[in-house]
Amino acid sequence: MAREATRNRKIAFTAFAWLVGLTLFFPILWTILTSFKTEGEAIATPPSLLFFEWSLENYFEVQRRSNYLRHAMNSVVISLGSTGLGLLVAIPAAWAMAFSPGKHTKDILMWMLSTKMLPAVGVLMPIYLICQSLGLLDSRIALVAVLMMMNLPIIVWMLYTYFKEIPGEILEAARMDGASLGKEIVYVLTPMAVPGIASTLLLNIILAWNEAFWTLNLTSSQAAPLTAFIASYSSPEGLFWAKLSAASTLAIAPILVMGWFSQKQLVRGLTFGAVK
Amino acid sequence: MATLQTQTAARFMMAPAVVMLLVWMIVPLGMTLYFSFLRYNLLMPGMEVFTGFGNYEFFLTDPAFFVALGNTLLLVGGTLLATVVGGTFLAILLDQPFWGRGIVRLLVIAPFFVMPTVSALVWKNMLMHPVNGLFAWIARGLGFEPVDWLATLPLFSITVIVAWGWLPFATLIILTALQSLDREQKEAAEMDGAGPVSIFFHITLPHLARALTAVTLIETIFLLSVFAEILVTTGGGPGIASTNLPYLIYIQALLQYDVGSASAGGVVAIILANIVAVFLIRMIGKNLEA
Repeated sequence: MAREATRNRKIAFTAFAWLVGLTLFFPILWTILTSFKTEGEAIATPPSLLFFEWSLENYFEVQRRSNYLRHAMNSVVISLGSTGLGLLVAIPAAWAMAFSPGKHTKDILMWMLSTKMLPAVGVLMPIYLICQSLGLLDSRIALVAVLMMMNLPIIVWMLYTYFKEIPGEILEAARMDGASLGKEIVYVLTPMAVPGIASTLLLNIILAWNEAFWTLNLTSSQAAPLTAFIASYSSPEGLFWAKLSAASTLAIAPILVMGWFSQKQLVRGLTFGAVK
Repeated sequence: MATLQTQTAARFMMAPAVVMLLVWMIVPLGMTLYFSFLRYNLLMPGMEVFTGFGNYEFFLTDPAFFVALGNTLLLVGGTLLATVVGGTFLAILLDQPFWGRGIVRLLVIAPFFVMPTVSALVWKNMLMHPVNGLFAWIARGLGFEPVDWLATLPLFSITVIVAWGWLPFATLIILTALQSLDREQKEAAEMDGAGPVSIFFHITLPHLARALTAVTLIETIFLLSVFAEILVTTGGGPGIASTNLPYLIYIQALLQYDVGSASAGGVVAIILANIVAVFLIRMIGKNLEA
């Protein structure tokens, strides 16, 4: 009897949870489905759910009409570039803070975090004018630099919390054996730090890929990444739902997959260790 | 323990990050502060004059400012309410045993990874469109008049779109906290005859307090800066009905080229964000000590 009750309970929960999950996922699913329709079918009422002529035409059309691949490449360069450079600067800093903490390490960490709280719009004008005077408006370089600085506090913090978990005794032992600082980093620390660095890399690529304040305000056409490219579909003359869906599907698919892999790191990275 | 040599090395390794962040913080902030005291319009170069608090007076007495401030608070508050309550509910649901839990979890968190411009346009066109949108079709099917969501309820519609994106974030964090809940404590309460409701309020909710605070503070920081969703859906309209503070500053800055009052607005936005930031930083700082 009791077993049957738990079984019924489980069936009920299964049905309910799937219903909720699919409802929340529906806008994404709908976008993916629409990307395979013709423009006519995309706006048809009643809407066709699955029974329509599946076609890849929109995907080719998006590329032909607006050079989708260039914008995708911009997104790749900007997100990888800003994250890569950020890691380069943050790894030594986080390493030093985790393994040779001084009196002010904690203050420095908190201060770094506070720079992240600065609303972007508060410094829109200066950054815009600096880029303008350097001739960097609508350039990938400006976005790589700005997004790197924006995410640097998160990168340092994430690395710091990961490095903190590496037992210090191992480093002591290596030092006893006469390993130099350089060797210590390359042979002892790096192998243990790789998973943490990889998670940090993943989460920050996602954040940079989806960033939609600076990418919209500092680019117009040449350097526009996917966030800005998709925004161009908001104008009334650009109302092509099937093409919008195709462009959107391509823009979110890679990040969705990466996101699913990094869901654990997400909590850690975005709560700065406040929730474990 | 740490020798003088490693201390020096440590400083050396921290220097690039610290110096870069310091420059990144001080230079633009200094410029914003400086501009905010100038009459400075990009359309009239070379005419900059010092105006004292003139820009602040202009920005803070503009009726649009109060509308924008109200909209900002409504957008933040509405999204917080929806995501914290919805996130708690979803987290408890995902914590139950059922078939395909891993997959449902993936479905639930997916919206977080959709870039703001995509989610806003998908909702605006394919779901909320008054003629061809899915909601309109459902409304007609049920015998109602379709609603032009973004024209009649712009701020509410944007709140829905933003909340859809942030719900997974709240869910994930609350779920993480939920899974660290001591099962024995719950079982003991069950043995003593406590019902699910009183277990929720006396055991689960207190345990979640910390996570809920974290979600609230972190989301607030991000939600105070909502921009792209407004830009591609309503453009702040109709009129200024869905203009929030960042969007108002953007209009002053890049559409009216009024550097001075945009900068004054920027300073106001920074102060507003800092009020929240102080609490968040204090909370994280406490955690760092523990």
